[in-house]
Amino acid sequence: MIKFTLNERTVEVDVPGDTPLLWVLRDELGMTGTKFGCGIAQCGACTVHVYGQARRSCVTPISTIEGADVTTIEGLAASAGMDKDELHPVQTAWIEAQAPQCGYCQSGQIMQAVALLSESPEPTDEEISAGMAGNLCRCMAYVRIRKAIKLAAAARIEGNKQ
Amino acid sequence: MTQHSNFTMTRRWFLALAGAGVTTGMLSSLAFARAPVGQTLGEGFQPTVWYAIAADGKITMHIHMAEMGQHVGTALSRIIAEELEADWDDVEFVHVDTDPKWGYMLTGGSWSVNHNFFAFSRAGAAGRMALIEAGAREMGVPAEECMARESKVIHGEQSISYGELVARGAVDRQFSKEELKAIKLKPASERRLLNRDTVARDVPAKVDGSAIYGIDRTIEGMVYARPVMPPVRFGSKVKNWDDTAAKAVPGYIQTVEIDDPTNTCQGWLVVVAKSWTAASKAVDLLSVTWEGGSGKETNEAELLAEGERLVNDGTAGSLFMLEGEPDTVLEAAEKVHEGLYQTHTVLHMQLEPGNALVWQDGNTWRVHAGNQWQSLTLPLVAKALDIDPANLVFETSYLGGGFGRRLFCDFVVPAALTAKAIGRPVKMVMARPDDAQFDCPRSPTVQKVRSVTDQSGAMRAYDHACASGWSTAPIAPAFLADGINGGKVDPFSISGADHWYTVETMRVRTAKNEKVHDTFLPGNLRSVAPGYTLWAVETHMDEVANTLGQDPAAFRRSLLNAAGRNAGEAPHAVGGAARLREVLDRVVEKSEWAKREDLPEGTGMGISITAGQERAMPTWIATVAQVRVDRDTGEVTLEHLWASIDAGTLAHPDGALAQAEGALLWGASMAIHEGTEIENGLPRDQNLDTYTPMRMHQVPELHIDFVANDYMPVGLGEPGVIGVAPAIGNAIFHATGARLRSIPMRPQDVLKALES
Repeated sequence: MIKFTLNERTVEVDVPGDTPLLWVLRDELGMTGTKFGCGIAQCGACTVHVYGQARRSCVTPISTIEGADVTTIEGLAASAGMDKDELHPVQTAWIEAQAPQCGYCQSGQIMQAVALLSESPEPTDEEISAGMAGNLCRCMAYVRIRKAIKLAAAARIEGNKQ
Repeated sequence: MTQHSNFTMTRRWFLALAGAGVTTGMLSSLAFARAPVGQTLGEGFQPTVWYAIAADGKITMHIHMAEMGQHVGTALSRIIAEELEADWDDVEFVHVDTDPKWGYMLTGGSWSVNHNFFAFSRAGAAGRMALIEAGAREMGVPAEECMARESKVIHGEQSISYGELVARGAVDRQFSKEELKAIKLKPASERRLLNRDTVARDVPAKVDGSAIYGIDRTIEGMVYARPVMPPVRFGSKVKNWDDTAAKAVPGYIQTVEIDDPTNTCQGWLVVVAKSWTAASKAVDLLSVTWEGGSGKETNEAELLAEGERLVNDGTAGSLFMLEGEPDTVLEAAEKVHEGLYQTHTVLHMQLEPGNALVWQDGNTWRVHAGNQWQSLTLPLVAKALDIDPANLVFETSYLGGGFGRRLFCDFVVPAALTAKAIGRPVKMVMARPDDAQFDCPRSPTVQKVRSVTDQSGAMRAYDHACASGWSTAPIAPAFLADGINGGKVDPFSISGADHWYTVETMRVRTAKNEKVHDTFLPGNLRSVAPGYTLWAVETHMDEVANTLGQDPAAFRRSLLNAAGRNAGEAPHAVGGAARLREVLDRVVEKSEWAKREDLPEGTGMGISITAGQERAMPTWIATVAQVRVDRDTGEVTLEHLWASIDAGTLAHPDGALAQAEGALLWGASMAIHEGTEIENGLPRDQNLDTYTPMRMHQVPELHIDFVANDYMPVGLGEPGVIGVAPAIGNAIFHATGARLRSIPMRPQDVLKALES
């Protein structure tokens, strides 16, 4: 049995220790917002937060998650202290920018963007490029993903002023 | 006289052939199931099948096109709501499952808005007419004195809402096909929704993780599966297999040898387990010996060599188009402009790998899998299962990318056969390399273009030969057309070569590269044929302009006289080549083309003009690329892309812009970032470590400009892709004098071109 915190709830799973976190989330715990794309940490669709850091769950053995604090797209808003039915500000920015096309990579993009913004609250274009280069969007919605990150950064600065 | 192969790719043409060959008309009318997000069809007043108005005023549109990033539900609902005079806030939509009442189900070709525009507009108008009649009756006033706005019938100071009319049971008029056809649409000046901004209704579910894709569904009692791929697509037979090692994997259940009556899966096994990771591990531990296998030694170079042979053999293939006698001009000419253009294999790499959940539900078999062409896949899967197609339902879901890969959903077949073999619901998911190995790639292509110009630059002859895989031939042969000189042509594999330039004599020939078909299943990939035919056309035109010492933009403009075959037709191509001239002028101005000689050393601009996807649905686009070329490394940096686009009326302008953004970057990605080669019968690059589509740091500045008008809407998913590769190649030529004639244009290709 492996025990960890998922979206602020304690969960226990009985799976082989080398099972990637991705498949535990999707198939054991029913959290399907995190997606399978490549299986080798190249596309970023499976990005989640472990202790607030972006992590590729497709190559993260569940044995390394014992006791850890994991957040997925489904728990992102709550992790930022939002009320139920409220969105995380980065998700709000994503809607404002109308960023997703097919949407399949977007959970990973958003989780990566939140991690980027926590390290660089006002990222430059270069920082956005570097921070997001590991997340492939096959629809190539990159222009709007960049725009959404900037909107989220601007909203946070605006919020801090008030 | 222009002779064109016997087709125009209109909706009518398509449906006529669909009726002849591969329709789903046998489905039971009760074969409707719950959509994955818990929505159901609308209830209440239904003047046609396309929507229902409920007593509470809610209007539910029934969307039979797949959602794969185009926000198609929003765009199509806007078309109905426009003529219905619906309040947009009352509108919802549901993506429907397979049922014959929806007609032919295919989402592709950038057709959704264009092909459904009149039917959906008339459906909306029919509802408005019926509601006005009913409202007038209820208010006791003449109908001709009433009008409809924002879901209300209005007479002077009085009004009655659509919902109230439905609640009172005051409206029940149904419209026959003939009545619908007779409906005249309102003038563009009366439009209140089309060409006006709105937001896409599918976006919120795609940012909070709640959108359900094919891969996300679960069913009680289901088991997981991963296929074991044979060495090559065709002709492999399992000789023997041993699962001794696989049995040690906890959760492993069994291995199923696929015996497929449709021959889609040749030499496949499927491993079943209690979890996908267990199935995946067991696949890697399974020991299998195959015999046979077609094209196991075939490489990209041989496929291209065969293509070159075919374009050089004037008797190969069939004629798609002929005007005048180009041979007479070509033979008499002092100088013939000639170029050989090629494109390498391209993979879809849609981010959601091939997958399907299949289960039996009483007498009905159900499939949950992203699907662009239900009407093609459903009969195939029914045949595989040996059941009446009436007993098979494809449920709908979001698609984690389509791009043409989910037109032929071959991966449903092994999942269905496994579910049948073991008598349990099966969710089969391909690992990424499984998906890549058995992609239906865009085949390598070779094209030869020869042309003759007079001293002024007028084009006297244009002769285009193309050899490629014919994506239509293996999966939907009913859609092949007759060639002018006999034989067959695949219009979907040559469209675009019949361009809009004025030429005195012209010929387009297309040949099927059988070596491709012996090796893999060539498929449709975003932009389909125009994605390579225009690479040849627009690179060639640039070469001719430069040979003649003319400005490439001015030279193109001089060949756009919009007369004769290029005058255009109503309603889809009003204005013809004149609209291409307009977007050309606009992009020349916006990109400051005239100042391109002032760019720094090693930086250049290139132009292209295109009208994809086909002459029956031209989206008029002019594209300019600005690149910087590093002469030492051959590296090309794409700095800017300008595109001026005339797509007629925009059902959802921001969605149109999003499609244009994605399409332009797809074009750039195929031109300089991605692409693979066939090695030993399979794509060499099978995962996203070595197959490298464009990423965030490689995105150029985009400058997109839509022409505002009220013409019939055309397509947007693909046309933006088409002109980018030639614009980049032409920009590299402008920057360096090096001419690239093959895509992708990798640094080593640029260095080689610089040397020669």
